[in-house]
Amino acid sequence: MSEFAVEATDIVRTFNDGNFRALDGVSLQVPTGQVFGLLGPNGSGKTTMVRILSTVLSPTSGRAIVAGYDVVKQPGQVRRVIGLAGQFAAVDENLTGFENLRMVGFLNHMEKPTAIARSRQLLADFGLAEFAHKLASTYSGGMRRRLDLAAALVAGPPILFLDEPTTGLDPQSRQDLWAIIEGLVEGGTTILLTTQYLEEADRLCKQLVVLDHGKIIAEGTSSQLKSSLGNTVLVLTFSTTSDAQRALDLIATISSKPANIDGTVIELTVDKGPAAAAEALRRLDTADIIVTGLQLREPSLDDVFLNLTGHKTDDEAAVVTEKISRRVRRRAQV
Amino acid sequence: MTTTPLTMSTTTPHHALRYAVRDVLTLARRNLLALIRIPTALVFMIIQPVMFVLLFRYVFGGALGSSVPGGLYVNYLVPGILVQTTIFGAIGTAIGLAEDLQRGLIERFKALPMARMAVLGGRTLADTARNVIVLLIITGVGFLVGFRPHGGFFDYVAACLVMLLFAYCLSWGFAYIGLAAPNSETAQAMTFPLIFPLTFASTIFIPLYKLPHWLQGFANNQPVSQATDAVRSLMLGYPVGNHVWMALIWSAGIIAVLAPLAVNQFRKVA
Repeated sequence: MSEFAVEATDIVRTFNDGNFRALDGVSLQVPTGQVFGLLGPNGSGKTTMVRILSTVLSPTSGRAIVAGYDVVKQPGQVRRVIGLAGQFAAVDENLTGFENLRMVGFLNHMEKPTAIARSRQLLADFGLAEFAHKLASTYSGGMRRRLDLAAALVAGPPILFLDEPTTGLDPQSRQDLWAIIEGLVEGGTTILLTTQYLEEADRLCKQLVVLDHGKIIAEGTSSQLKSSLGNTVLVLTFSTTSDAQRALDLIATISSKPANIDGTVIELTVDKGPAAAAEALRRLDTADIIVTGLQLREPSLDDVFLNLTGHKTDDEAAVVTEKISRRVRRRAQV
Repeated sequence: MTTTPLTMSTTTPHHALRYAVRDVLTLARRNLLALIRIPTALVFMIIQPVMFVLLFRYVFGGALGSSVPGGLYVNYLVPGILVQTTIFGAIGTAIGLAEDLQRGLIERFKALPMARMAVLGGRTLADTARNVIVLLIITGVGFLVGFRPHGGFFDYVAACLVMLLFAYCLSWGFAYIGLAAPNSETAQAMTFPLIFPLTFASTIFIPLYKLPHWLQGFANNQPVSQATDAVRSLMLGYPVGNHVWMALIWSAGIIAVLAPLAVNQFRKVA
């Protein structure tokens, strides 16, 4: 195998007779043996990319090579070396945890004793042994995700695709899943994961690309991305919007990054948090503007987007509408 | 790379066929387990045809008795209800696939190195197995309300095989609907405009000559009537004429058109 487990070149995928471009010329190279992140908001094309690389969907154009096999010309070979855990925890609720894994083992063409032994081992590894013979419908959200991930691992694939593995999980379950993912990489697995959380990408991914509206808008290591972004966000709150407006003129020059104002709140991405905060307070004090709140926080995906594109990620309602309409379109294409 | 896949690659056609059969059986078993795990679904699937038997036998039976050959409406009715029930079973095919799609299971299956046909093959096979169970129960209920078929035992078995085959072939069209619908509720609703004209504008409940004149041409020649006439002739010991051949030809034609449609839709969705 080459140094890249996954190589995609100029992938385009359209839906709805070409009227909607979910992916618009995406190229990426995933080095073997590490976690590669696909970061982006809802609707940016992350899931479509994962589906193409895992042979679930075919690309409209472009070429993708997984473990040396072409996803369009050799999908059968690709399927033997990948595991996929999709965005919904795709477990059969009417089967037990054990039955779910054994079924996937059989569908991977494992012999019966191997499939059974492997299922038992994974259930034990993922803390599900106690619930092995309970129906998956009785599992909590975190347990379902672990079972879903276990199902992707039944055949021991060297390459793993994880589509938003921790979305909707509580902090503890998220930590558990991160530990599992780190363990897999130590064992030599290559992982491509999508996420909406900068924190998750920062923790797990050596390299990542940022997707927006089907295009890559940034790529590099997590620290490169962060340093291009600034390390901290300074959040200042004022008692009135006019105070905030006046303050914006005074403090915008503290950072080279664009400031964001929303009502009485100003957000400023800065390199050195405490120094910038002190400087801002000094300037505001001189101008007699009262600050009612001050906070320094880690940059979020929204901050990345604000810096890279000048716009925030779409608001939640718009995203939901987009998702639904995409689903309807997808199902309706005949 | 330190990890190696646990599965072995399969290249010979012999292996490919063996694994394809195993994939279909694995998924059929999965679908049948669901039937055991949620027995209410099966109960309601049985209640509906039992209601039909009782309703037509006791509510309409008196009015229709004199219009059927031999004068015993119950003998005319039960073979028709059996055909109707096996066809209605295909609604379950559509709903089941729509649910698998909604829950992301189809996405998972598509990324596995299994036979491409297995998801649809396993689903339709499981639905046929369920139809066998329903057939046995409705036959029993029929006997309780006076159904007395005069064909032989083997004719009865042959009749059951004809209708199971017919329903199986038709279920590929419902598989297509399940994969094309945005969700399982819509999938169910989409089956009705297809299934009601086919089963009610047919010879299932009423002899052809009792139907409105303008409808007789359609009703006589549409596939469900052909299948029903074949099943009824076999069960009641009437001369089968070319009904059985017509039912088999229709079955072959239906699956030849609908299976590629469903398989193509399976390739497209995720």
